[in-house]
Amino acid sequence: MQPFTTLIGIAAALPMPNIDTDKIIPARFLKTIKRTGLGSALFHAMRYRPDGSEDPEFVLNKDPWRGAQILIAGPNFGCGSSREHAPWALLDFGIRCIIAPSFADIFYNNCCKNGILPIRLPQEVCDALAEDARIGANARLVVDLERQVVVRPNGEEIPFDIDPFRRRCLLEGLDDIALTLAHVDKITAYEARRRAEEPWAIG
Amino acid sequence: MAEQDRPRTLFDKIWDAHVVERLPDGTAILYIDRHLVHEVTSPQAFEGLRLAGRRPRRPDLTFAVADHNVPTSDRSAGIAEPESRLQVETLERNVAEFGITYFPLTDARQGIVHVVGPEQGLTLPGLTIVCGDSHTSTHGAFGALAFGIGTSEVEHVLATQTLLQKPAKNMLIEVNGRLGFGCTAKDVVLAIIGRIGTAGGTGHVIEYAGDVIRALDMAGRMTICNMSIEAGARAGLIAPDDTTFAWLEGRPYTPTSEAWARAVAYWRTLPSDPGASYDTRVVLHADEIAPLVTWGTSPEDVVPINGTVPDPDQEPSEARRAAKRRMLDYMGLTPGCRLQDIRIDVVFIGSCTNSRIEDLRAAAAVVKGRKVADGVRAMVVPGSGLVKQQAEREGLDRIFTAAGFEWREAGCSMCLGMNPDQLRPGQRCASTSNRNFEGRQGPGGRTHLMSPAMAAAAAITGRLADVRELVAQ
Repeated sequence: MQPFTTLIGIAAALPMPNIDTDKIIPARFLKTIKRTGLGSALFHAMRYRPDGSEDPEFVLNKDPWRGAQILIAGPNFGCGSSREHAPWALLDFGIRCIIAPSFADIFYNNCCKNGILPIRLPQEVCDALAEDARIGANARLVVDLERQVVVRPNGEEIPFDIDPFRRRCLLEGLDDIALTLAHVDKITAYEARRRAEEPWAIG
Repeated sequence: MAEQDRPRTLFDKIWDAHVVERLPDGTAILYIDRHLVHEVTSPQAFEGLRLAGRRPRRPDLTFAVADHNVPTSDRSAGIAEPESRLQVETLERNVAEFGITYFPLTDARQGIVHVVGPEQGLTLPGLTIVCGDSHTSTHGAFGALAFGIGTSEVEHVLATQTLLQKPAKNMLIEVNGRLGFGCTAKDVVLAIIGRIGTAGGTGHVIEYAGDVIRALDMAGRMTICNMSIEAGARAGLIAPDDTTFAWLEGRPYTPTSEAWARAVAYWRTLPSDPGASYDTRVVLHADEIAPLVTWGTSPEDVVPINGTVPDPDQEPSEARRAAKRRMLDYMGLTPGCRLQDIRIDVVFIGSCTNSRIEDLRAAAAVVKGRKVADGVRAMVVPGSGLVKQQAEREGLDRIFTAAGFEWREAGCSMCLGMNPDQLRPGQRCASTSNRNFEGRQGPGGRTHLMSPAMAAAAAITGRLADVRELVAQ
């Protein structure tokens, strides 16, 4: 996983509530056995017209937001399915950070596993950041995970919370399977105990 | 009070029994007892294992089936679509390489993973169960802690048989009283989502309790737990009881003889202790629940079938007003329109929410002796090959086909429109599935969620209809 330290980038505002994972990437694009190449299907129904051409009104089809690395989203972003194709599509497009009032649990988790930083901030703060985002290229946001702050174009620093374990994994780009496997003796001991107590459970 | 004497919820008990180790920051290494795998969210996980030179730790606790991407038409010639075929073949290669039990497309046990798990007795009370699918919450109906995970976590479970987790908050939803005529488990869960909203359960595990839940059969309990994710909760739970045990006994993977007796004795200790505390409590009464349908593109947009399409101007904020206007536009509806005047093009009876034998019986009871309305395409997609066989033994297939329904092979089908079973742009569907998102059942498709009996009523009348007007009380 690519580490996430500090990101300086253009933000795009997509403030609709309840953007679900089918909106992020419809199921018919999940027929792949790879993680890459999904960026072209990102937000497919909103981004393209029925004839397949880009909808010029959609924010990510406009310059400079075509190159956005940060999304300012609405509440309950990523609700619905567990498909990790949603963060894969965002990442493939170039999005590394999503700021929203709330996220669906599985999506939030999936972002962290892919080096995308999801940041929860109150609605009014997201509204202000969305206003910044609408200014465009001269309004880059700074997202500093080390210091846990978002810096607005006017210099105002907005602190955010993140679980310390997730923060460390993101900062260092850790392989959490290797972290868990460092405890393999504990897992083996646990299995022996469960096997004695609940033989029907884990054989 | 000492920690071990603290009254615990069902969730607390299952959680505590599965913590392998607590890391210093409070993250737990949580043991996973059953890992269900399907073709869409697993290929990248197996590839990750291979690239890292790892192997599955417990292939014997891992079970695979293809469901999302499989055709529900005749399969004797294999899968026509190359990408879908590659995905299923990739799963078959992976399970063969790593020694994982697989229910192939040609096996009667094949079906939707959340129908197959319980049917085979893989789902048992007190277990932790995961799958790369958000509707894994279904298995909570048995008092198992079951939740959906992403592909990175699928790889983590394959490699370690554990997950890194923080405990969820506890939510108790009590549904008291007795359900009225024509009301089903689907109406109960739609009513719950309508009440708490699609983010209402975020961060929580929901335990469902109360007279209504106790009185439900296992199919109904699965319908309720299935849609916990539509309320934002990763997992739903119902305390195991005699209904649970009777349903499970004698299934292929359930324990037998002495082990069964030991297991049941343990399972009886799982229900929440008196005085256990919940972070959030919600109480509904059965009297508030009517047969419901959704009108919008979020599962929280529920209205009673005898109601009208709501007016966005009544919403509290401009953001919500804008969202509801967009929904009306997408759904091709106007405020104040009577639900029962809305004509439909397609009826889909199936999905991990409502494709079990009980669901098919409920739909067939409405359909029997009647015809699907002119111009309506109606389809039944059983949840598994075994459900299909059972229905055929009971003659349900003949009731459906005589009425003009398509009787198809098992799979996820039009619930998510990944295989050829898709709505065309603008088509309107009465669906027993779980999500009415934009484009969910096909680009431009319009979905109204409802119970199997209500979907059957829609098929017969050609519009959204009140099932209570079609069947005798």
